[in-house]
This record gives sequence, structure tokens and C-alpha cells, in this order.
Amino acid sequence: MSSSSKKSKTLDPEKGQHLFYQMLLIRRFEDKSAEQYTKGKIRGFLHLYVGEEAVAVGVIQALTEEDNILSTYREHGHALARGMEPGGIMAEMYGKQEGCSRGRGGSMHLFDASRRFFGGNAIVCSHLPMAVGMALASKKQKKNQITCCFFGEGAAAEGEFHEAMNLAALWEVPVLFVCENNQYAMGTAIQYSHAVLEIEKKGAAYGIESTAVNGMDLMAVMDATDKAVDKIRKTGKPYFLVCNTYRFRSHSMFDAELYRDKKEVEEWKKADPIPAFQDYLLKQKLITKTELEKISARVDKEVQEAIDFAEAGTWEPLEDLTKFVYSEK
Amino acid sequence: MEASNTIKITYREALKQSLREALQKDDRVFLMGEDVGRYGGAFAVSKGLLEEFGEERIMDVPLSESGFVGAGIGAAMAGMKPIVEVMTINFGLLPMDQIINNAATLLHMSGGQLNVPVVIRMGCGIGRQLAAQHSHSWEPFYAHVPGLVVLSVGTHEDARGMLAAALESPDPVIIFEYTSMLNMEMEIAKDVPELGISKAKVRREGNDISIITYGTGVHKCMEAAAELARGGIDAEVIDLRVLRPLDEETFLASVAKTHQALVVEDAWCSVGFSAEIISRIMEKAFYELDAPVKRLCGVEVPIPYPLHLEEASVPQVKDIVNSVQKTLKP
Repeated sequence: MSSSSKKSKTLDPEKGQHLFYQMLLIRRFEDKSAEQYTKGKIRGFLHLYVGEEAVAVGVIQALTEEDNILSTYREHGHALARGMEPGGIMAEMYGKQEGCSRGRGGSMHLFDASRRFFGGNAIVCSHLPMAVGMALASKKQKKNQITCCFFGEGAAAEGEFHEAMNLAALWEVPVLFVCENNQYAMGTAIQYSHAVLEIEKKGAAYGIESTAVNGMDLMAVMDATDKAVDKIRKTGKPYFLVCNTYRFRSHSMFDAELYRDKKEVEEWKKADPIPAFQDYLLKQKLITKTELEKISARVDKEVQEAIDFAEAGTWEPLEDLTKFVYSEK
Repeated sequence: MEASNTIKITYREALKQSLREALQKDDRVFLMGEDVGRYGGAFAVSKGLLEEFGEERIMDVPLSESGFVGAGIGAAMAGMKPIVEVMTINFGLLPMDQIINNAATLLHMSGGQLNVPVVIRMGCGIGRQLAAQHSHSWEPFYAHVPGLVVLSVGTHEDARGMLAAALESPDPVIIFEYTSMLNMEMEIAKDVPELGISKAKVRREGNDISIITYGTGVHKCMEAAAELARGGIDAEVIDLRVLRPLDEETFLASVAKTHQALVVEDAWCSVGFSAEIISRIMEKAFYELDAPVKRLCGVEVPIPYPLHLEEASVPQVKDIVNSVQKTLKP
């Protein structure tokens, strides 16, 4: 892809290795989370991001610390890519008060106001209007700040998607809509939920510049996002980026995957973004085998430390049950 | 001649003055809603504000209740002080997901990290022959939800002063205003006192019975109390004002004084707000009572169009008078 070759000129070893580290961290964090779920350490719903890592990592690298991020209930990857502590995330999923949302949210509600990470939103599409509102605030406050909002293709069938797109375009606010099209809204394949399969075409109805990109290709996602972010910063207007991707694991841990063929999953796994990016880094001599091993060891260590942190965490006392309903005066 | 300390004002004008004052006081405040700008507000409450404050501060929005209420929530999270007008409560079910799942919940889900200081105003009530889809009293729906502050503007004083208090709240506030009261004129203090949004108010002191109400019930109960007084019954009228978090002290103290209580509301009876008030009286003031607590609520029917049927659907002054008389002089 021409965009990838262009990008390779600017990708230095340090950044390349960092992005590889982030993707590997997400992958192994998620695998470990699944394990902890089967052990009963994590309860509730657990939606894993395995297979989609290139999207979170490729998009978030283009943002600054001042930018806002809102995500869905499949948000562990975004939280990690934003630099949130793996320990705080794991402790949250354990329900411990050392968790990033003090254990009140769980897997679907990761928050970190200090990193401008605003969830962890589990009503499909309901965070899109909020994202538009945050971008409206940035505009009113004359801040050079983008609000980046992740959602799935399932959300694009909701009325609020259309309301939010219209409002963002009408008000000309700096929001980056990122649709992670992983082909399935829970168990319903895109052809059964969308009359028009090219989700990016929906942006045109609102006059929003829109692009689709191969979400399994980190370099392509980076390139597309860099351009989108440049555009938003220059124009102050919204942008719609569709990343076509695939989740390798089930929708949630309750899912028996009756709705898709194992062959289809195997086919997509051939496009796994992590080995692909690893090969790329090796070919471009941006990483050595020794460095790869070091990253792998670091990731294993950090994931284990996250587990240890969560295990050592404490339960919030029962007396605190009704805290955080209203602000403390 | 001594200058008068009161002014005569309509409910509409009182609301408008409160909006103007809020916009003047704080640059972060802006008003957004359907037809609030160029049209002047569906009920002319915001008429003239667009010319005065400009379109950055007075924003007309498309018919996207979920979208713009959600945007108001987002703007509040990002440091602004939005006043979002949902034209009427009748459209208030469309943004209910935003209000309940986001505004009321984010502080908790984030473990106390995120505040949502949004103010959402809705015109509501029954009494203008608008038929079933435009005649709603859904205060109880919102009052059910932890995390929300729910206000009911039953007096001109509150129409003038409640918004300022709402904007001080770090948590989301829903304000119910009553369209049937917009043209009503009343005398209120010229200087707006600080009203607060934590306490109910005794609107009329009395010793024989506590009439507990909110919204349009306040003026109806005041009228009923005046009539009852002519017949020698001294009723106390309590305006709840704040439906959540509920101030129970005020009405429990009143019941302890009068030993009789009647709860009045326009909302449908079953699972209504009166049920909550009566439960609290049962739990905390049962032995103060000389008789069972009564309630007068909306009849359980979609509100019909013809005037005589509409009037029969919600408690009227005569119904309140009759009910009290029956209780006290059986």
C-alpha cells in the first residue's frame, strides 16, 4: 500500500517498537483477562478486543494528551493504548477499589479523567451525542482539542448515530468518529443489520469527510488517522473514519458463536495485525529479534503485575455503598 | 410613598428573567433547545434572548432530543454550564436514555471522577386541551432515578429563582416548568432571595391538615386552602419543590403538627409520587396520624381532548376542598 510505504519513512525504531509493545500488551492482557474470567475472578460481561488492536493503537497514537477519548464496552484496548495502568484496569475488572473507576464500573466502564478517557460506555451509541457535546465545549472554549469517539458498526444503525453526525456537521465541531467495523453487532452480521454495507458512505449524507481503512493494518490506520486529525485541527470540522476489522474472540464470554463459521475466523486470523507489524518492523530493520524478545518479556511481566495488583486490591467497605450518587458537598 | 418591595410578574417573565440573569452571570452558561432562538421559545420564554446574547449562547437545535440532550451532557462534562430545553416533557422520553444512563450514572460509574453539571428544563403539565400525547405529568419517572436532582417549579418565586440554584449544582438537574401557569401573574419579592434546592416549603401555615403537593398542585391547593379557611378549616400547604433528593423533614414535621394529610398531584395515581410521600409518612409518622392519609391524583387514562373530560382527569380545586372536608368533617 502506498500510504504504508510513505509512512515508513517517518516511523522511527522507538515509535515502531512502542506501538508494537502496545498491541502486544493489549493482546496478552485480553488473553489473561479471559483466563481470569474462567477462574471467576472477573464477572459480569467481558468483551475482548483481540484481533482489533491495530485500530486502538493506530488511532490513539495520533492524538495528544489534551484530546478527549470516548469508547464502548469493548474498551480495554483503548484504555491501554491511552496509557492507563494495566493494574488499574485489571483491578477494575476484579471490582476492587484500586480500580480505575474504584471498582464501580467493571470491564465495561473504565474511566480516567486525568487522561481524558471518558469510558467505557455500554449503551450502544449513547456516547456519540456526548462526544459531540464535548467537542462543542472545546469549540466554545477555543481549545485546540479533538474529541475521538470509538463505536462499532452496530451503533451506526442507531438513531443517535445519525443525530450525532448531523449535530457535529451542523455545529462544525472537532470530533473524530471512529467506527470499528468488526462485522458483527453481537451475533448479527453486518449484512443483516445494514442496508448499505460501506458504513463510511453514511458520512456523506451529513457532509462529513469520511474514509474507510483496513483496520488490520496498523500502518494504514495510523496514516488515515494522522490525516484525519490534521484535517480536523485545520478545519475544526468532524471527520468519519471507518476501520474494517474483526474480533477473533466471541462477542462476550457468554457467547457460543453459533452465528459464524470457524473457517471465517481462521481466514481473518491470517490478517492478524500483530505478526504482520512484527514482520514489517523486522524487514524495515526497525527492531531486532533481541528487542522483540525484550518487549515480549516486558509485556508478560506487566500483565502479571496487573494480576498481582488486582489480587492485592481491597473491597470497598459496605458503608460506602451509596457514595458517588451525588457529589460530596 | 415608600417604594414597593414586590413586583407583579407572570410565570413566563419570571422564567425569562432567571435565564437572562444566568446568562449574564456566567460565560459558561448557554441555552440550547428546539426553537429557543429565532422562534423565541415555543412558549416565548426565551423571546429576545437571541438578540441579546447571540447565537453562541442561545442555540437553536434540530429535532434530535437524544442528540442534543446528550450533547448538553458532554458539554457539561467538558467544563460548560449548558441549560438544555426539551420543548415539552412530552418529548422527554426520547432523551431519557441520555438522562438516566449517562447524566445520572457517570459520576458513579467513574468512581466519582466525572461531574455532569447539566440543567435540563422541560415544559409540562395538563390543562390546555392538548390531548393524550401532549399532556403529561412524568415527574415521577425522573424522580425515581438516583443521581438526578429533580425540581418542580410550582410558584413564581421558584420560576424566578430556582434556575440560579440549579446551575450551582455539580450534578444533573431536571427542572419541570408548567405551561398552564405561563400567563399567571403573581406578586413576588423584587430582589430574588437565594432559594436553594434542598428543602420543601410551607406555602401556607395551618393546623388542621397538611396538604402536600408540587407543580400546578401548589396554586390549586392554595386556592382550596383559602376556600377551606372560609369554612373554618385551617390547612397547611406544602410545596415539595425538590422531588429528588426528597426533603421529608418538612412534611413529616407538618404531619406531626396537623395529624392529617392529603397528597395532591396531577400524575397518574398508581406508582406515583404520592405513593412515595405516603410511604414515608407510614414509616416515620404513623403514630402522629388521626386518620388514614388520602391522595388525589390523575385519573388513570390517557388525557382526553374535550375540556370537561380533561378537567375531570386531574384534581381540581373543588376536589381538594371536598376531600379535605370529608376527612375533617365526616
